[in-house]
Amino acid sequence: MTTPEAPGRAAPIRVLIGKPGLDGHNRGARVIVQALRDAGMEVIYTGIRRSPEQIVEAAVSEDVDAVGLSCLSGAHMALFPRIADGLRAAGAGDVALFCGGTIPREDAPALEAAGYRGVFGPDTPLERIVEFVRAHARRRDLGA
Amino acid sequence: MTVEQAPAPAGGRAAWAREVERAFAKAPERAAARRTPSGLPREPLYAPAAADAAFEARVGWPGEPPFLRGVQATMYRGRLWTMRQYAGFGTPAQTNARFKTLLEAGQTGLSVAFDLPTQIGYDSDAGVALGEVGKVGVPISTIDDMEELLEGIPLDRVSISMTINASAVVLLALVVAVARRRGLAPDALRGTIQNDILKEYIARGTFRFPIAPSMRLVTDTFRYAAAAMPRWNPISISGYHIREAGSTAPQELAFTFADAVAYVEAARAAGLDPDLFMPQLSFFFAAHSDLLEETAKFRAARRLWASLARDRLGAKDPASWRCRFHVQTGGVTLTARQPQVNVVRVALQALSAVLGGCQSLHTNGMDEALSLPTEASALLALRTQQVIAYESGAADTIDPLGGSWAVEAMTDQVEAEARRLLERIDAAGGMVAAIEAGLPQGLIQRAAYEHQQAVERGDRVVVGVNRFQVDDEAAPAPFRVDEAIAAERTARLAAFRAARDPAAVARHLDGLAAAARAPGAPLVEPIVAAVLDRVTLGEIMGTLAGVFGEYEGADHY
Repeated sequence: MTTPEAPGRAAPIRVLIGKPGLDGHNRGARVIVQALRDAGMEVIYTGIRRSPEQIVEAAVSEDVDAVGLSCLSGAHMALFPRIADGLRAAGAGDVALFCGGTIPREDAPALEAAGYRGVFGPDTPLERIVEFVRAHARRRDLGA
Repeated sequence: MTVEQAPAPAGGRAAWAREVERAFAKAPERAAARRTPSGLPREPLYAPAAADAAFEARVGWPGEPPFLRGVQATMYRGRLWTMRQYAGFGTPAQTNARFKTLLEAGQTGLSVAFDLPTQIGYDSDAGVALGEVGKVGVPISTIDDMEELLEGIPLDRVSISMTINASAVVLLALVVAVARRRGLAPDALRGTIQNDILKEYIARGTFRFPIAPSMRLVTDTFRYAAAAMPRWNPISISGYHIREAGSTAPQELAFTFADAVAYVEAARAAGLDPDLFMPQLSFFFAAHSDLLEETAKFRAARRLWASLARDRLGAKDPASWRCRFHVQTGGVTLTARQPQVNVVRVALQALSAVLGGCQSLHTNGMDEALSLPTEASALLALRTQQVIAYESGAADTIDPLGGSWAVEAMTDQVEAEARRLLERIDAAGGMVAAIEAGLPQGLIQRAAYEHQQAVERGDRVVVGVNRFQVDDEAAPAPFRVDEAIAAERTARLAAFRAARDPAAVARHLDGLAAAARAPGAPLVEPIVAAVLDRVTLGEIMGTLAGVFGEYEGADHY
């Protein structure tokens, strides 16, 4: 957990993986939690069936650098933009957002416009997600 | 695994032959199965000319303990498995139309997919239903919804399977209530409620109440079905979702049967005689892509359950030892890349289910890595079953891989590994304690991660994903649920609630809360009465949650 995951960074990247809505499919989310932890990041997993508000609150109170959401029920368009808006309203608009699940390709532009810089479909290699988080996670001010 | 653990054979080949005659007298043999396309005779069953004691104990005869070769004497030589495609989306009327399309296309049973608010016990207008109404299944909040869903379906002739767990008791009550409106008694109804709450805590996630009151609801439906619905399966104990979550094949069997043992023990503790309800238990497994291991798994499931039911659970009636099961092809094996290749995966998986002797089968649509199936993919999936049934010959001989050295050895291996895992669950204090400690969840998680790493390393080839990729793929148009449905449902529910007697609703809910507070009081009957007086699913589940509480402990990782 304390292994520096990238040269020049002293503190590990903190990531929240969230499961908004009523969907119980957690295999993908949990595999990604494990992969990010193996890559040296600190990962908070919300568990399934969280409301958008609960996810925003957890991201803010855990002071994370990136938030990844998973949904396989088709409710992503109702839930993901709401969480992005909530984070901005809570002053956490600089947190890197990414998402995955059963998300049709044609929904990606709208999610990107809502702030999700990474939209990952099924069959995405874990390495790509790890690289995305390394490249885009909010930079911490370590001087304080 | 030792020979002694398998239930003793009843009467060998002679008993089987007598049973075959009886069965064909009731439902004639499929004449087309009797000869190969080359005109050669095809026996219903192939077995060694001289069966020794070890063969009788380990392999035996179809329809006879230990049921390795099948739960019926004639298997598909008499009647084919039920082709039962899981369907539901949008509104009750849209889903009813899809059911009729599938029945006209040759489907032989129904399988209802409910949306997540319905599965967890919320009406479509509840706040938590945001974005979920009609998405993964059909929303059913009221008796009028259920009536619309089942419009024109002959409930005494078409069997209806419902994937419903936390709120199973309410959906069962709604079917009973609609049947009553049509003048049909519960004993005329054929179908299944999944009602397997333990695997919701392990793998599927649509739990609502804590474990103990949930188990009480399950055993109450066993009681009701044994007394009033002899043709109904009050549970379908499911390994499918455990497998989907990442388990191995032996873990799928072990955790399913550990759940089954927990249900039987809970029902016994509630005062039910195992032989009264165990013949109505049914099971549900996944079919993944390794053709021979999956076939072996289905065979091992039957022998293992026969042994557990008799030796461990003390059931005396051989009907209680029969592991009857539904199979669905593996959703998690479907790829978003080159989705047409999924048709081939589904065909091979379905073949393993048929070689393994399933009682009913769902084949997935090729587009289901990204959405619900379109009507065209749902029909293609049904056609896949029909090709296996009518063209492949795989259904024309009972347990055609029985006696294969490879398959018999794999059957023994899967069973032995499942037994080892069952011992681990026992050592943890049984399945309820193991779930609370996160034991099955942790083992499933580890297997899922190991699988993903093997795919990433290329040790496990997934065609089109880590080998044989193509660059520019045209994505097929995904199936879409109309987003306007949620607003329509809200208006419809308001009108439904306006047209009822509020005093009657209050009386039913007060009575239900009192019954829930009284240990062991029947719950199915007051819920049937309530839905007939237009109490909604969300109101009933909310009232029960007020007494039972909400489950909070899942999915820590």
